[in-house]
Formats: sequence, structure tokens, C-alpha cells
Amino acid sequence: MPDRPAPLTIEPAPSPFLTADHLAFRDTMRRFVAREIEPFASTWDEEGGFPRRLYERAADVGLLQLGFPAAYGGVEADPFYGIIAAQELARAGCGGVAASLLSHTIGLPPVALAGSEALKQRVLPAVLAGQRIAALAITEPGCGSDVAAIATTARRDGEDYIVNGSKTFITSGMRADFITVAVRTGGEGRGGISLLLLEAGMPGFSRTELRKMGWWASDTATLHFDAVRVPAANLIGRENDGFRLIMHNFNRERLGMAAGCIGSARLCLEETVNYARMRRTFGRPLIAHQVVRHKLADMAMRIEASQAYLEQLAWQVMQGENPVASICLLKNQATLTLEFCAREAVQSFGGAGYVRGAKVERIYREVRVNAIGGGAEEIMRDLAARQMGW
Amino acid sequence: MKLLVPVKRVVDYNVKVRVRADGSGVETAGVKMSMNPFDEIAVEEAVRLKEKGVASEVVAVSLGVAACGETIRTALAMGADRGILVETDAELQPLAVAKLLRAIAEREKPGLIILGKQAIDDDMNATGQMLAALLGWPQGTFASKVEIAGETIAVTREIDGGLETVSLSLPAIVTTDLRLNEPRYASLPNIMKARKKPIETLTPAALGVDPAPRLALVTVVEPAKRQAGKKVGSVAELVAKLKTEAKVI
Repeated sequence: MPDRPAPLTIEPAPSPFLTADHLAFRDTMRRFVAREIEPFASTWDEEGGFPRRLYERAADVGLLQLGFPAAYGGVEADPFYGIIAAQELARAGCGGVAASLLSHTIGLPPVALAGSEALKQRVLPAVLAGQRIAALAITEPGCGSDVAAIATTARRDGEDYIVNGSKTFITSGMRADFITVAVRTGGEGRGGISLLLLEAGMPGFSRTELRKMGWWASDTATLHFDAVRVPAANLIGRENDGFRLIMHNFNRERLGMAAGCIGSARLCLEETVNYARMRRTFGRPLIAHQVVRHKLADMAMRIEASQAYLEQLAWQVMQGENPVASICLLKNQATLTLEFCAREAVQSFGGAGYVRGAKVERIYREVRVNAIGGGAEEIMRDLAARQMGW
Repeated sequence: MKLLVPVKRVVDYNVKVRVRADGSGVETAGVKMSMNPFDEIAVEEAVRLKEKGVASEVVAVSLGVAACGETIRTALAMGADRGILVETDAELQPLAVAKLLRAIAEREKPGLIILGKQAIDDDMNATGQMLAALLGWPQGTFASKVEIAGETIAVTREIDGGLETVSLSLPAIVTTDLRLNEPRYASLPNIMKARKKPIETLTPAALGVDPAPRLALVTVVEPAKRQAGKKVGSVAELVAKLKTEAKVI
């Protein structure tokens, strides 16, 4: 055998938004993922879970604390740190790990934003240190993107709420200790929704594990609430003010998902370039065939355009703006880019991309969850168009 | 006790180095640079000694271009207290590095200097030993374990026959081997805190050292490409080829 070409790392283009500290954090994340996640990704995906101690390891590097207030153990940082975290995690080629590891980034912002002092003290430090797991539960068997239609009820009874109903497709649903749950406390529509913090072990609260197309390493569940008694002190923010908090949460979630999808798409490109340089067909390396080079160019074009869009929107968010329509469009841009790149990557790998264990095979199974979760592509288009006044 | 930890900025260990077309060295333009991995082990050991209460201050020092300041920042993010950058664009060889470090040691008066046994770029394995000679201090090289008790330090060394433990009186020089420890990650909170820690910038002239190279580099070439293998039809053919082509028997 002649020398195999050394694998290339395909880095994002130099960014005008990144400081030396951002790059230092990227370096830390690169090492963390390479040492703590990537070597085990395939095993964890096949086994359907990862060890709980990874949460503590992630807290050691500051990953879990990102974006939460310092007073409760967080690290206040601009959105570019979140982008770096999501894109470096994507390098493991195992979105399920990132999804469960970071489920608190959708579960906890309402607590940090609107929770009582006592609730913040009890919940935030423990989760940000990796000792407890937090999740968000909005979707129900009867409603998903149609948040205003939720049917799970919380009826006031003295100092408690009595919660009845169910939630489904909940990331970290099996292991979460704290779950931010959207419940109906008032009348119909968006004005009757509140957020309530449910806790593992509350009588009447049970869970069922869900098996999925991808993200096998993440625990996903249906949650059942049968007259669960929840102290009124667990109410997050004001009663019937939940819809606003939920909508606020979505922007950050979608920016993070877009970053992760673009990171996964970039990994598809990198894996394909490295495979195509090594693999020989018809007497020459795969990469020497024009049809394959065109695939790589088409992938790179979409990835770099999406990355530029992502960074520009992150900058707008950093300026205090709330570009809802653009974030919807960005999420679609990112998931469509991922869909394209995952397809072309598996196609270029051929049989080697169809057998389990290849990163591109796992990513291929993660395309749909990104295109559906956090706001389906169809909903994103409609929301964006309406936001733009059309 | 104060600890001095020299750290070198080198081409990142994940980068496949390319030789410059003119043979004058390896390409560093646009290449990712990081702290020499053996120096990371040195920083980790120093920070652990401070955490144990054995040391009171950890000073990281780097010599070279302005960007070496970022290598010092990495050390600060790992837990060093302050940094010293000796800034120069001159090519630095081990003897010049050792002389500059001696000048720093005379100013700072550390009880112990911990540094990597070698840098992964030139693999010289010389600076620690030269520095010990210049300062007249004892040295414990290739350390896989260090233990400080009062005014002495026990250094377990990895040698050909196994492990050797030497006892040195302080101040001393220790160079680190791979198995001494596993360096920590520079966490995000510590990266941010490191930005506020002081780095003093000096020049070789201010330290009274002429860093001019004493060794002339003749040329740098790529290792020979590996040849494709050959299939043999029989043991006899194999033996014949080993004799005539490989010339190993």
C-alpha cells in the first residue's frame, strides 16, 4: 500500500466575529469532543444511551454553564460561544449525545428568566454542575407546533396545582430530574398557558421510552401525568404568561439547532473528502472523478453560505435584536443543507455509508429530527412569511 | 515557593506538517499552533503543586513572536497566575532559550522550573539540560512522578531499564515525560478569567541576552515516501527478495 493521505479537518472560514477567547474555547471543545465523546459515539448510539457522568465532564469545561447567569453557576457569554459548542459537538457525528447533554438549554431558560429566586437557587446550580438533568416538555400527542392548543391541565388546589395530561417526543424525557412543562391553567388559546416545573419522583408522574429513527444515544419519552400534585412554588413566571416564555425560548433553540446542523453538514463534507481521497475506483481515487468533486463543491457551497447566515444572525441577536423571521429561515437553510450533505455523503460512501457505525450513516438518520423538531420546516416558512407581513 | 513553567508555541500536534518548497523548514504560515504537549504536562504539574499548597505561585514564560502570548494565555487558563513573554522575531535555538530562561530565573528566583522534556517541533531535548548547566542547578529529566518534601524533590524518571528515582535539592529543574499526568482542559470560565491575568513583555536585549543562532540549518526534507508492497508466490521467492532487494538477511 502506498501512503494513505492524512485525514483533513475542514475548518469554518476565519470569522470576523471570533476573538482569541472564542478560538481558545473552540480548542477546548475540540479536545473535549475528541477525547470524551467521539471514541464512544458509535457504541453509545447502538446501546441507546450515554453515561450520566458525561454531564459532569461537560460542566468541567464550561459547556453546560454557557449562557446562564453567573450568580447561579453559569457563564455569561455571547451567542458565538454557543455556536462553537454546537459545531464542535457535531464533530462526534452523534447528534443524540448533544441533544440530551444540552436539553437543559431549552428546559432551563424559562427558569433563569422568570423563575422565583428560590426555584433558581434550587434548580440552576445543580443542573449547570451536571448533577441534575433538565428538559422541556411542550409537545403533546394532540398538538406540536400548535402550542396554543395544548390540553394538559393544571388545576389550582390550595398551595398546589393538580396536573393531568401527557407530553411526548421529550428529549431527556427518561432521565430528566426537572422538567419545564407547558400546562393549561386558564381558558382556551395562548392566553391560558403556564409553565410549571415538574420533578422526577412526584406521585402520578410516569414515563415511557420512545424508539426513534435516529438520535439513539438520547433518551426520548412520553410523559404521563395522572393527578400529579405540584407545589405552586414550582410555577415559572406568572400564571397564564407561559406562551410568551415558550416563544422566547424557541429563538435560542433554533439558532443552536441551525449551528449543529451546519456543523453536521460540515462533518459530512469532511468525512466524504477524506473517504474519497482514500477510496479507489476504476483505477483512481474516488475524488479524482468529476462527479464526486462536483458533489463536494455543492456541499461546501451550501455549508459556507449557511455558516455566514448563521453568524450574521448571531451578531444581530448579540446586538439585542430579535430577528424571528430570519431565524426561522436560517433553521430551514441549515436543515436543508444537512439533508443535502447527508444524502451526498452516504451516496459517495456507497455501501460503506449504509452499514452501521459510519458517522455519515448516523447523521443521515438524524436529518429528519432536525427538520421536524424545534419547529418543522413547513411551520418555519409560514411563521417567517407572516412575520414579514405577507 | 514560586514555580516557573516555560511553554513553547509549536505547530499543533494534529497538523500534518509540510516542508517548505525551498527546504528552509516546515510551513507555519496559516497553520494551527498550540502549546507543546509536554509543556502542557508541565503546566498541569505546576498547577497541581499549587493546588496541593506546595507552591504559592505559577509563572508561565514563553519566548518568541507576539503570538506566543496566546500560548501563555492557555497556561493562564489552565491555572498559572501570571505570564512573561520575551518577544523576539529571531529564530530561537535551545542554547539561546536556555540563556533567556536563566536571565528570567535570576529575576524571578523560582524554587523549581518545570518544562517539557522536548518540543514536538524540533525534538531537540536540550533546553532543560542546558538551563540546569547554566544555572548550576540539579536536574531531573523525563519525570513520570514528582514529590516535593521540604527542600528536596524526588523525581521518578523513565529510563531504558525501568524507573529510576533521584532526589534533588531545590532549586532544581524538572523536565516532564508523557506519563507524569493528564493535563486538564482550559474551561470556558477559566479562559475568560485568564484574559484578566497579567502578562509582562520583555525583550532579549532587556535581559542582556544575544539570541543569535549558533547552529546553521542545512536543509529540511520530507521523509521518503513509503513504497507499495509486493506479493510473493513462495517462501523461496520471499527469502530471495529479502537477500537481494531488502538486503536484510
